[in-house]
Amino acid sequence: MQADQLPQVGSEIDGFRLLEKIHEGGMAVIYRVSKAGVELPLIMKIPKLGFGNHPACYVGFEVEQMIMEKLSGPHVPMFFAKGDMAEQPYLVMEYIAGPSLHDYLERSAASIGQIVQWGKALADALHDLHRQNVVHLDLKPANVLFRPDGTAVIIDFGLAHHAHLPDLIEEDFHKPVGTSAYISPEQILSIRCDPRSDLFALGVILYQLACSHLPFGNPVSISGFRRRLYLDPTPPRAINPTVPPWLQEIILHCLEVRSENRYASAAQIAFDLAHSAQVTLTARAFRLKSAGLLTIMQRWYRSWFATVKSCPELSQHLSSAPHILVALDIPRADERLLQAMRELVRRAVAADAHCRITCCTVEAPSILTEEDQTRELANSLHTQHLIAMRHWAQPLSLSSEIIRFHVLEANNTADALLNFARTHHVDQIIIGARGSSALRRILGSVSTKVAAEARCNVTVVHVPQAQEN
Amino acid sequence: MKLAIFSDIHSNLEALQACLLHAQSQSVTQFAFVGDLVGYGADPVACLEIVVDLLQQGAFAVQGNHDAAAVSGLCETMEINARESIYWTRAQLGQAERQLLQNLPLFKQHEDMYFVHACAETPEQWTYITGPRQAGRCMQATQARLIFSGHIHQPTLYYKTQSGRAYPQVFYPTPGVALPLLTSRQWLAIVGSAGQPRDGNPAASYAICDRTLNTLTYFRVPYDHAKTAQKILAAGLPPRLAQRLERGY
Repeated sequence: MQADQLPQVGSEIDGFRLLEKIHEGGMAVIYRVSKAGVELPLIMKIPKLGFGNHPACYVGFEVEQMIMEKLSGPHVPMFFAKGDMAEQPYLVMEYIAGPSLHDYLERSAASIGQIVQWGKALADALHDLHRQNVVHLDLKPANVLFRPDGTAVIIDFGLAHHAHLPDLIEEDFHKPVGTSAYISPEQILSIRCDPRSDLFALGVILYQLACSHLPFGNPVSISGFRRRLYLDPTPPRAINPTVPPWLQEIILHCLEVRSENRYASAAQIAFDLAHSAQVTLTARAFRLKSAGLLTIMQRWYRSWFATVKSCPELSQHLSSAPHILVALDIPRADERLLQAMRELVRRAVAADAHCRITCCTVEAPSILTEEDQTRELANSLHTQHLIAMRHWAQPLSLSSEIIRFHVLEANNTADALLNFARTHHVDQIIIGARGSSALRRILGSVSTKVAAEARCNVTVVHVPQAQEN
Repeated sequence: MKLAIFSDIHSNLEALQACLLHAQSQSVTQFAFVGDLVGYGADPVACLEIVVDLLQQGAFAVQGNHDAAAVSGLCETMEINARESIYWTRAQLGQAERQLLQNLPLFKQHEDMYFVHACAETPEQWTYITGPRQAGRCMQATQARLIFSGHIHQPTLYYKTQSGRAYPQVFYPTPGVALPLLTSRQWLAIVGSAGQPRDGNPAASYAICDRTLNTLTYFRVPYDHAKTAQKILAAGLPPRLAQRLERGY
């Protein structure tokens, strides 16, 4: 469609009435539209395919049509309809009013609490996207919208890559494509299938939120793009001293040059943002200067020989970084059961080096009183649980980056575990079977309920029994 | 309307039956065979019977190099196992079967689709499409938007724009995923072999083109390859032809 032949407001395309034009960019026009019998607020995106328009908008639009159709869930706008490229190209999807992360950035400096809230929402959304075999590759604040309940919605899939679909971008461009401020080092080397490229962009966004400043600026030349292969950004705490060390650790972990040194999944970032006290602080957390000249020169030299290993198959990559929840009830468990569970965790870690283990104990909530004595008692109980879990895990000798410990307060153990698993993208729950007891027959066991209702894998561990005669 | 495309059945009755059953479960109503119905396997006559039935119902079929060799000519340039199986096949075929194979066209065009066993540029030379260069030559030889071929026993998809790069891009499809065949591009779909897969996966390979939704889906269908292998050995065909079915090489 020629740029001067854009459809008029009030006209109708395939049964969709154009209500108002809400955005006109260089590549596409967006209208609010309605359709008889459809309650959901809708928008229609129409590409500008006229003479002189960049071919990127043509290919990008095809890519977006192709990928949107395959996506679902709360973290993307719901796909509604598409029009054929040869006749009237368009894309109809759910209207997300926003605000966008870009709007937030423009308003005022974000508090640490807000950064955590937005960052976690975005990491949750990204993980969901990656689970659907899609790498976005153009993540930036303008492409992140929020629903009224705070859920992040990722938009604009014009440069995205779907692991199971032909890559049309790769076909048409020889140069790296993306937004210069957010593009990852491997994208500069024309690698388009690594989900950790999105984690890099997330790191840039977190940096920008924390420092009101872009870590690599907004380069325009290829050599400017390449600079992030060897120059590391000024550490956030050197710019904004109120940034806590754990947040700097998370941000710089996302911004590692080599993708294998970054977080293995967005779910791990979401978890760390939600549990800042448990972030393992490394040298990254305390850095106050960029690397020295010698290091930079070494990196610069190496950057010319940087070869990227073949792409990980997306779903395989994610399944090599599972989040495993181990539900422990140490005071009431049989020693042999605890040992059997430990053995299972040992095997899980051996199988997937990028896995994360969270050990959880659920205790009844302490009755809140103002009396110091009661609170102290509760605290000490909490601490005892942690000590017991650490003691249980000690023979595994796992680093604190892999294993975390949690005490959940709840009346219903099964519900607490299920809720934790849902919120933190848990892939597998390991839980012990309770031995037969009269109580279990009456109340039903926690493991039975967890196994029945969890939306992930559940392994119920039994104590090895001697064979009965 | 759904069209199932089969290639390189190679007298493998079990694989053909399994694929047809699968296609039926996918509500396929039209069929295309892009060559090499016979050769290698022990059931040329039974396979041709099925194909004849479908041809009478409007299926498309083109000739493959093994089909041509089974009817006439010297096959001295063929690999030793292939040659032996061709001699064996010749002895099995009756007049009617020979006639059928003889009369198959080298290519067939229907609407925006082009069916050919090997390369569309010179179908009679049976050129292997082993990479983007050959694929580019094949795609340039026809105006058809969708080209379906076989010959190399590996499911592969090539695609290009008219104005884009000289060579098309290559894509290895994931079975069961519907791929949109964008109208702005030309597509060359090598559907893989139903009767003798060689990509390390012994399951039979074929593809379904949904003409209404304009998508292409590759499928892998497991079948009783042990039974096929037994028949090959029992027929006195080279043992290697039986062994390779087990691991798909």
